[in-house]
Amino acid sequence: MDEITRKLHSIATDKTLSPAQKAHYLSLEAENMLPYPGLDAETQEALDERVICDLYEGHAPYKPRYVLPDYSIVLKNGSEYLELPVPESLDEAINTLMIAYHHVPSVTGMPVYIGQLDDLLLPFCEGVSDEDLYNKIKLFWRYLDRTLPDAFMHANIGPTDNRVARTILRVDAELKQTAPNLTFFYDPEVSTDQILGIATNNIVECSKPHIANHPIHADTFDERGYGIVSCYNALPLAGGASTLTRLNLKEVALRSTSEADFFGKLLPHYVELNFRLAEQRIAFLFNESNFFSSFLIEEGWIEQDRFTAMYGVFAMAEAVNALQEKEGRAGQYGFDEVANALGHRISKVLAEAVEQRPMENVWRGHAMLHSQAGLSIDEGATPGVRIPYGTEPDPVMHVQALAPHHQYYTSGISEILTLDETIKNNPEAMLQLCRGAFSCGFREFTVNVASNDLVRVTGFMIRLSDIEKYKKEQGSRTNTTVLGAEASDIANILERKPRVMSHELRPGYGQ
Amino acid sequence: MSSARATVSKILSYSCVDGPGNRLVIFLQGCNFNCTACHNPHTIGQCNHCGDCIPACHALALSLVNGKILFDPLACDSCDDCTEMCPISANPMVQQYGVAEILQLLRKHRPFLSGITVSGGEPTRQIKFVFELFQAVKADEELAGLSCFIDSNGYLGAANWERLLPVTDGVMLDIKAFDESVHEELTGKRNLRSLESARILHAAGKLYELRFLLVPGVTDSEEELNQLIEFVGTLGGDVRIRLNAFQHHGVRGKALDWEKMPEAGVEVAAERLRAAGLGNVITPVVYV
Repeated sequence: MDEITRKLHSIATDKTLSPAQKAHYLSLEAENMLPYPGLDAETQEALDERVICDLYEGHAPYKPRYVLPDYSIVLKNGSEYLELPVPESLDEAINTLMIAYHHVPSVTGMPVYIGQLDDLLLPFCEGVSDEDLYNKIKLFWRYLDRTLPDAFMHANIGPTDNRVARTILRVDAELKQTAPNLTFFYDPEVSTDQILGIATNNIVECSKPHIANHPIHADTFDERGYGIVSCYNALPLAGGASTLTRLNLKEVALRSTSEADFFGKLLPHYVELNFRLAEQRIAFLFNESNFFSSFLIEEGWIEQDRFTAMYGVFAMAEAVNALQEKEGRAGQYGFDEVANALGHRISKVLAEAVEQRPMENVWRGHAMLHSQAGLSIDEGATPGVRIPYGTEPDPVMHVQALAPHHQYYTSGISEILTLDETIKNNPEAMLQLCRGAFSCGFREFTVNVASNDLVRVTGFMIRLSDIEKYKKEQGSRTNTTVLGAEASDIANILERKPRVMSHELRPGYGQ
Repeated sequence: MSSARATVSKILSYSCVDGPGNRLVIFLQGCNFNCTACHNPHTIGQCNHCGDCIPACHALALSLVNGKILFDPLACDSCDDCTEMCPISANPMVQQYGVAEILQLLRKHRPFLSGITVSGGEPTRQIKFVFELFQAVKADEELAGLSCFIDSNGYLGAANWERLLPVTDGVMLDIKAFDESVHEELTGKRNLRSLESARILHAAGKLYELRFLLVPGVTDSEEELNQLIEFVGTLGGDVRIRLNAFQHHGVRGKALDWEKMPEAGVEVAAERLRAAGLGNVITPVVYV
């Protein structure tokens, strides 16, 4: 057998993967037998050396990485293509959504966004008793976890305090499922203290939801709105992101002779190559794949011009520490003011570069900067702009060190604060931390409580007990457990202080 | 501006176990009890500049200058070996802070804080500083919303509480034991003043929490729990009781030969208190 045949054979015969998971990995291998979208030699070399990275999205991007349909369209109009009538009751509305989700692609093959659920369902709740609402949401939640078992799948609620949001929070704390992931939009002008309190109590229960600073995000996007999907990516509603390419800042720093060389020469060079990589992938999606002839466009669930390009960066901590060493300075990222300021300067330079570089077929004509949370196979590279695992300062210092980055990362940045379980006797402390973080400009607030079975590994949720089972070769029902197992072996993430890191896609079988 | 300065063992900008919400905690050096079971014994004594700790410091952060210990916080890597070496349970790393410096720290962390707690050691031994600090917090427009709490052993007398309480929002008070001889054996002092403090604080509406340390075979007895129930009954009204479990973390000397208090035993005690009508009983989340 040649190498590729061997690989296909080992996927087909793997002990731990379900048939559906095997089909997914086999299709990835098939896609990657196609030639890569044409790259110039410099870009190809940077990609081969993994200074820039396409997150192994596949050689032929025939679907956008993240799709955020405006589900209110199908609830208002029904769907001609799917032969769905206009829903009139809560049961019909939930059923319509359950069907709709199966027609929404993403890089994982499963929907990463299932909607602003309280806005979508509230109009159908008149006359529905609290108990009925609770029972229906509970069944809906169970359905989502069992049929779309991917922790990147993300539901949004808030910022208002309403019945549906409260019921979802109640059910989520009760079931403690990995899927769906959940974000509560917080707006101090709109959200009540009570619902923020319920949300933070839920974090104590199951490390969910994650809380988004709604006013900051709302200012970044337009009236049509935005959604938080997958691992804390903020993207235009009725659109999404065509692609996510990322720059390994550590590799750029290691190739530089000094701070001046980094800022003057190498950073601009590799920043440009990462743009070119994104451009080629977007060109294939828009010009060759025929994705935008789908009924999703025709019926108005999504709009072709609302897809952005996510410009990812990671390994900021290692980059700063490498430059500090080259300049003969001892201070470490996360702890030292000079090192932290250097990090903030890098973020600023990146944000300006993204703002100034025009891109075709991209929402508003330029990409959006993203603090990329890592892959399960990353070694020696800390996700995004985070402080390395196990070395984080106390939560207050942690937030203060990273807050100045947040203004630049318009398409998402996640810090995961790890709190020890003594917080369980004092959830008000978590509420205060959240308020503090938002008042210093944090876009998102995400916490893991150290003893919970449910934790965020590279940003998605996993169950620690599932990882144990997977390692015993029993296989796992949820796709993200596979990722979690890899990430925990390679990046020591389960040995973190209390802990966490974040993100996305298992790049491919056996990678 | 106030002139009082404090001898500080440590300051934390994040704590969720020293009162409601997230609090900045100042651990003041020095205690008038000498508890066998103390979990941070290096806060008990005051440095007498003997220099015995200097060889223990691998980071060369300690030296003796003009007969006084000089500590270099920048060189220190917080290994705490010096405190292990100290023959009088003191801490050579203490630093002096004025009220203005603490206010500056509070401003820096203001959005993250629900309040401030002075702990120790026994913070009321530095009552002048505590009073002036709390008074300054209350008078400061930006900081006035922070609640001011004291974590105390209750040895302070009535007249001093009267002085402190107008600027204090709540006190977490430890009762180490109800039987006098047990209390004296555990702490080196009798418990009359601590019990009296509990009454004063409760009457003033400032007793945030009554803390009781369960040590197996010492304070988890039927008699101790009965006296606790009876005492809380005499206070009247709702009292928040926190049961702490004796653990080995931080403990030195002969108390290390004592058994740790197991979770099951704490729950039995908690149930006993609840059954007797004490509604608000808190037990530890973590056992180490």
